[in-house]
Amino acid sequence: MVIDDSKQNRHIEWQFAKVREIVIETTRVKTLLLEPVRPFHHLPGQHVDVRLTAEGGYHAQRSYSIASAPEDDLLALTVERVADGEVSPYLVDELRPGDKLELRGPIGGHFVWDAGALDPLYLIAGGAGVTPLMAMLRHRKKVSRPVPAMLLYSARSCPELIFRIELDAMAREDTALQVAYTLTRQQPDGWHGHCGRIDKKRLASIGFPPSRAPAIYICGPTGFVETVSSSLVELGYDSARIKTERFGPSG
Amino acid sequence: MNETPISRGFKPKRSQGNSDPRIPPGQHLTTDFPILSAGPTPNIKVADWKLALQLGGRLLGTWTWDEFEALPQTTIKVDIHCVTTWSKLDTSWRGVTFDDLFKAVGLSQPPEPYVMAHCDGGYTTNVPVADLMSGKSMIATRFEGLPIAPAHGGPARLLVPHLYFWKSGKWVRRLRFMPGDERGFWEARGYHNYGDPWKEQRYDGD
Repeated sequence: MVIDDSKQNRHIEWQFAKVREIVIETTRVKTLLLEPVRPFHHLPGQHVDVRLTAEGGYHAQRSYSIASAPEDDLLALTVERVADGEVSPYLVDELRPGDKLELRGPIGGHFVWDAGALDPLYLIAGGAGVTPLMAMLRHRKKVSRPVPAMLLYSARSCPELIFRIELDAMAREDTALQVAYTLTRQQPDGWHGHCGRIDKKRLASIGFPPSRAPAIYICGPTGFVETVSSSLVELGYDSARIKTERFGPSG
Repeated sequence: MNETPISRGFKPKRSQGNSDPRIPPGQHLTTDFPILSAGPTPNIKVADWKLALQLGGRLLGTWTWDEFEALPQTTIKVDIHCVTTWSKLDTSWRGVTFDDLFKAVGLSQPPEPYVMAHCDGGYTTNVPVADLMSGKSMIATRFEGLPIAPAHGGPARLLVPHLYFWKSGKWVRRLRFMPGDERGFWEARGYHNYGDPWKEQRYDGD
């Protein structure tokens, strides 16, 4: 691994971003489109820390994955309301266009995809875990570097699939990209996609085989990531090529 | 920053707030035990497990599971703090303190000032030896009286509770004394080299 010493000890400063637009994605998920005072370049998969301050100076901060491509004009954070949470209900229900939001980033140097990589890109998302993977797919599209890619995306029901219209359009326009949904709880009439949880059997029947040595990124709730990553290892995928990001109940 | 940073309309949930003096700044209380790892959870059988202590090219000691279990065992109750902002209070761990581990190989004092912990899956983390001594830290094999679950680092993990929890590397297999400090996995990827939660040393330069 190459460590760029010039980047060591560079403090990641807190700064304000202006909320330019808020997109309703699902009943529990919104995308915040932000314009940081000091724009920065991120790698797809990285996150930012968001800090809220109450009267009296009380702070609460949480990490949110960046959903936008580095090339996009605005920084997109796609946030799911965590029941009982402290920060996410504010971001989803209270924040308005024109507000200021304090954040710092980009953060994280492991769960990132380098568009120069030649290996097939195999993305597996559970629920709101699709967010950092979306940044990778948007980046892949922007740089027109169509290494074969696949997104396996599990949600509870059709209305809870985030980014579905954009993902379907991406897959239509790009024969090297395959998007496969699976719905765990409720399937609409005429649903042709998969039903049920992503398990070992499902993983054995879909995706790039271990022989193609895909770069694998898994993001979702803890139990989802544990099941998917251990199943892939059992199926013969190289554990050193599996990167995981777990969404804990951090609110 | 000159402008007031108050977030319009933000009302803290006091139950999660840091009014408790045991919760460091920017942290919130959880009763859950969230899991964070950079890759798949390895499946390690205690029959195959071994721990090594290394100085330069020399092995100072190795322990099989049974040998490790035969070392003096200590139980501590501590608060733990994850950089992702959760803190968990009064967690109970049992294992072997570094004082006892070093004593077991005849070291009256540590030969070098830094240690790199090497873990299954390639994870590493660096800790100053001073932070391992005086009963502050251990290699833990039990959590709340039970074997540590694989996803939480079992069969054996580092426990350095006064630093952010990424320093408490899961699935530890080898400890390497170092004459100079080197950066471990997250420390080389933008996270703070030391990680004191009371100083909010989350990322490089904090």
